[in-house]
Amino acid sequence: MEWLRRLLLPIDQGSEFAKHIDFMYMAIFWLSVVMFLGLMIPMCWFAWRYRFKAGRVTPHQTHNTTMEIVWTVVPLLLCVGLFFWGIIGYMEFAVGPGESMEIQVTAKQWLWQFEFPDGTRAVNELHVPVNKSIHLVMTSEDVLHDFYIPDMRVKRDIVPGRYTEYWFTPTTVGEHVSTCAEYCGKGHSDMKAKVFVDTPEAFAKWMETGGDEWMRHTPEEWGKIQYEQKGCQSCHNVDGTKSKGPTWKGIWGHPVKLNNGTTVVVDEAYLRESMMQPGAKVVEGFENIMPTFQGLLRENEIRGLVAYIKSLQ
Amino acid sequence: MSTTTEVLHQDPHGHGGEHDPHQQHHFTTMEQQFDTSKIGMWLFLATEVLTFGGLFAGFGLMQSKYPMEFIEAHEKLKRWAGATNTVVLLVSSFTAVMAVLMARTNQAKKCAMYLWLTVGCAGIFMCIKAYEYTHDFEEGLYPAKYYSHVGDLIPGSHGYATFFSFYFMMTGLHGLHVLIGMGLMSWLAIRASRGEFSDKYYTPVDLIALFWHLVDLIWIYLFPLYYLIT
Amino acid sequence: MEHTLTSGSVLGDRPRPVKNYLNETTGIKSWLTTVDHKRIGIMYLCAVCTAFLLGGIFALLVRLSLLNPQHTLFGKQWVTAEMYNRFFTLHGAIMVFLFIIPAIPASLANFVLPMMLGAKDVAFPRINLMSFYLWCIGAVMAIGSMVIGAVDTGWTFYTPYSTTTDGAVGLMTMAVFILGFSSIFTGLNFIATVHKLRAPGMGWFDMPLFVWGIYATGVIQILATPVLAITLVLLLIERVFQIGIFDSRIGGDPVLFQHFFWFYSHPAVYIMILPGMAIISEIIPTFSRKTIFGYRAIAYSSVSLALLSFIVWGHHLFVAGESDLANVVFSALTFLVAIPSGVKMFNWLTTMYKGNISFETPMLYAMSFLFLFAIGGLTGIFFSTLAVDIHLTDTYFVVAHFHYVMMGGTVIAFLGGLHYWWPKMTGRMYSEKWGRIATALVFIGFNMTFGSQFIMGGQGMPRRYFNYLDQFQPIHAFSTYGSWVLGSGLFMTAIYLLASLKTGPLAPDNPWGGTTMEWESSSPPVVHNFEEQPVFEHEPYDYRHRTVTHV
Repeated sequence: MEWLRRLLLPIDQGSEFAKHIDFMYMAIFWLSVVMFLGLMIPMCWFAWRYRFKAGRVTPHQTHNTTMEIVWTVVPLLLCVGLFFWGIIGYMEFAVGPGESMEIQVTAKQWLWQFEFPDGTRAVNELHVPVNKSIHLVMTSEDVLHDFYIPDMRVKRDIVPGRYTEYWFTPTTVGEHVSTCAEYCGKGHSDMKAKVFVDTPEAFAKWMETGGDEWMRHTPEEWGKIQYEQKGCQSCHNVDGTKSKGPTWKGIWGHPVKLNNGTTVVVDEAYLRESMMQPGAKVVEGFENIMPTFQGLLRENEIRGLVAYIKSLQ
Repeated sequence: MSTTTEVLHQDPHGHGGEHDPHQQHHFTTMEQQFDTSKIGMWLFLATEVLTFGGLFAGFGLMQSKYPMEFIEAHEKLKRWAGATNTVVLLVSSFTAVMAVLMARTNQAKKCAMYLWLTVGCAGIFMCIKAYEYTHDFEEGLYPAKYYSHVGDLIPGSHGYATFFSFYFMMTGLHGLHVLIGMGLMSWLAIRASRGEFSDKYYTPVDLIALFWHLVDLIWIYLFPLYYLIT
Repeated sequence: MEHTLTSGSVLGDRPRPVKNYLNETTGIKSWLTTVDHKRIGIMYLCAVCTAFLLGGIFALLVRLSLLNPQHTLFGKQWVTAEMYNRFFTLHGAIMVFLFIIPAIPASLANFVLPMMLGAKDVAFPRINLMSFYLWCIGAVMAIGSMVIGAVDTGWTFYTPYSTTTDGAVGLMTMAVFILGFSSIFTGLNFIATVHKLRAPGMGWFDMPLFVWGIYATGVIQILATPVLAITLVLLLIERVFQIGIFDSRIGGDPVLFQHFFWFYSHPAVYIMILPGMAIISEIIPTFSRKTIFGYRAIAYSSVSLALLSFIVWGHHLFVAGESDLANVVFSALTFLVAIPSGVKMFNWLTTMYKGNISFETPMLYAMSFLFLFAIGGLTGIFFSTLAVDIHLTDTYFVVAHFHYVMMGGTVIAFLGGLHYWWPKMTGRMYSEKWGRIATALVFIGFNMTFGSQFIMGGQGMPRRYFNYLDQFQPIHAFSTYGSWVLGSGLFMTAIYLLASLKTGPLAPDNPWGGTTMEWESSSPPVVHNFEEQPVFEHEPYDYRHRTVTHV
């Protein structure tokens, strides 16, 4: 019945307990099918067998104590069984093993920020080593969010003003998607992060250099990818229209008016400063709401963004 | 299956039989009407309990979040004012009970007197509360974002503003009910002095006295919660 | 006593009265100032059906937005994320507060319950009218909020998003506050009516089960709605004055809001389903021409559902930051609340056994209810199982689950009841042919729309999502097509029902051969309900000594 599981659940079983959860799901599914058919087959049978006939006398059956007790107690026992099974499964990730890699997750409208034990930070891109227990410690800077990795079958709300946490152990190398699962406004459905489960060697390499994918693109292409993945597109359009932030189209090399009345020309220095210290120069007509990307963009990513903006004439 | 017992009125006002002018047409006896009205009032009071209950629960949860600030904030309330108000309301509940008794025993003038006494006690309650509020505002003890008291032990903590938010919300909602009660009692007192109530019909007095007891009861819980905890 | 019944074709045993509640007095003022429970029920019926239309339009817009990931129609993008967020919020808020909570109690029960008890009216007729006007005021405020900026918080108003977002959150929450009082007064009225206005000889266990269901609903309305009222007031005050209760930035706790909100909203879903179940308990014995099986069990299950509904709210917060201990306790209690619903299903089914069943539209809806509510209830089990809830909550699986119970349950039951009592209320028979066609469209369309969503949700498609991964597009498209089938069935229902008012055959007193007291009045009833005061003399749902010669 693997084909059915793949239809009803995510195909990947990316964590240690994904298999347990899928098994539990399928068990409840089949139990429900049996119960459902147990109700519907009699209903259809009765509808046909006892369809209206003139003159038929119906028995005055008001109750049957034995039957009623049976169909109260049996479902109750099934429920008790499922309850305990559910608790056992829950405890697997509600309480983590002692040895885990702690990763801090900060959610904000509308991007994900990950911070590793050694201080490395990443935006919208989570790398974890395979077969190692990961402990996510999460908070939000604004409203409720929720970190959900469907392939891992894990989900936890992220509450501003406190820390929530969960544990998981990824078991298959590959790329997975994570989504925000608590409504948080306009960008809720754009708030995706990629979860890369790496071999230990690849993980170590990524931590050092941020990976090598950037070498396979032109700078403008790489910049466009950052534009899409690092959250820039939530606030900046590239078609000339105004959004929460100024458009990037046609700005390279041109002067732009700031909210303190002065004018600057858009060059590489200005763009870098805008990414690292966005509050230093705010374009007129816009609010000072851009978060800083200090520590969140690698050098190759910054260069890519600059090249991309330059290309948007 | 069904048999005829009486032909229902075709013409609502051409009754053969006598019944009390207060009796509504869907009731068969005044007693049934009175009992039903009482059930209605009790159900309404249940909703009031749940409404205030939500606020009590919220207060309790905030107290466990800000224990130190709440203890400190408690001290700023005037215990003598709260205690006096408690006594005043208890007296007013007594006068309300007496008003019902007077109505039921056909003593219209005394019924009106007791109702006015109840209004008077409620008025005293509101005056004391007005005094308390004025004094609190002078010290900057405003609710929510308007809180401007200086000299707190944990400056910058939200706990004080939260305490006073709940204080003003709960005593404010309670005070609103006191005012509404005063209005209703006054209306009843006027009707009583016109002789509208008797042993045959005293439902409004009974019901509004019941309402008044709840208003008193809520204060009985508010008072220790806000004024007595150390 | 022998009594041979015919049902359907011949006028009742006595001449049709010339004056009934519809035409005894005329003119709009006589309607707007009426205290007749039947007229108030009809006004409510028009009101909630209008709300259903509005909520349904938003639903169609939601589904249309999701037809493809580019949000295009004929090649042009027509909707933005901001618009979409308003569509699903308004769909939810209108459907929950303006339609589904009041629908069955305030329209159908208002009409029928006093008659079932042999009473002339509800306990407090003027409060009944006030309750209707409160609904109207709440509706105007809710619609007003749509006009002046709309709301994009979701119908659940979670903080801190709702305390900080733009839009008419204040007006919408105050509309809901007013609507809450409308609901409270309806429940209060019915409880008092059931206690004191039963016909002579009718004990508690002689009442129709519909009354038990409405009574249990009233208990929840009284006890739960005030908590919503105070929660929304606190939300508004937080938004305007920043108390620091729900907004973390000023020291508040967002999870506290969720606890307060669901403390009402979980019992609220039982306000929604109990009346629906109550209708099914009427339709099935009538169309099976057999006494209800397990009367006491059904009565007790209604009351126990009402009580148990108050202690399971935490299952909405399993991933929200609730403690593990609370999660375990709420999981256990949630399993417990499933049992009474199951008991009812078995009892209804056993009622059909050895019955003499005909399949007019009300019975088709009742059987649809059994099918759809079974799915809805069983999929609830996935959520009470703690480990599985983690994966499924906040996905389309939960959207499908609650639509199966709320729409597949309550709305289907509402439609069944509407057809069942239509002859009584209007004095006309609707077209059975169109009824069957529409029921089939509704049933098929509903399963298309929401059955597919179970699959999407299990695969990981989150809810309230405007943009989605391409892999989900086929299922989203299928679900949208289903919504068109469903919508056409509902639209068709409105048309043939309204048409019957002009062209339908005149209805007899008791077209279905029902045994409850409302069928002893004329169709439509006279102003005082009964021309002779009924006295209760036999068991409820007693089909002995009734031989049906033809349908």
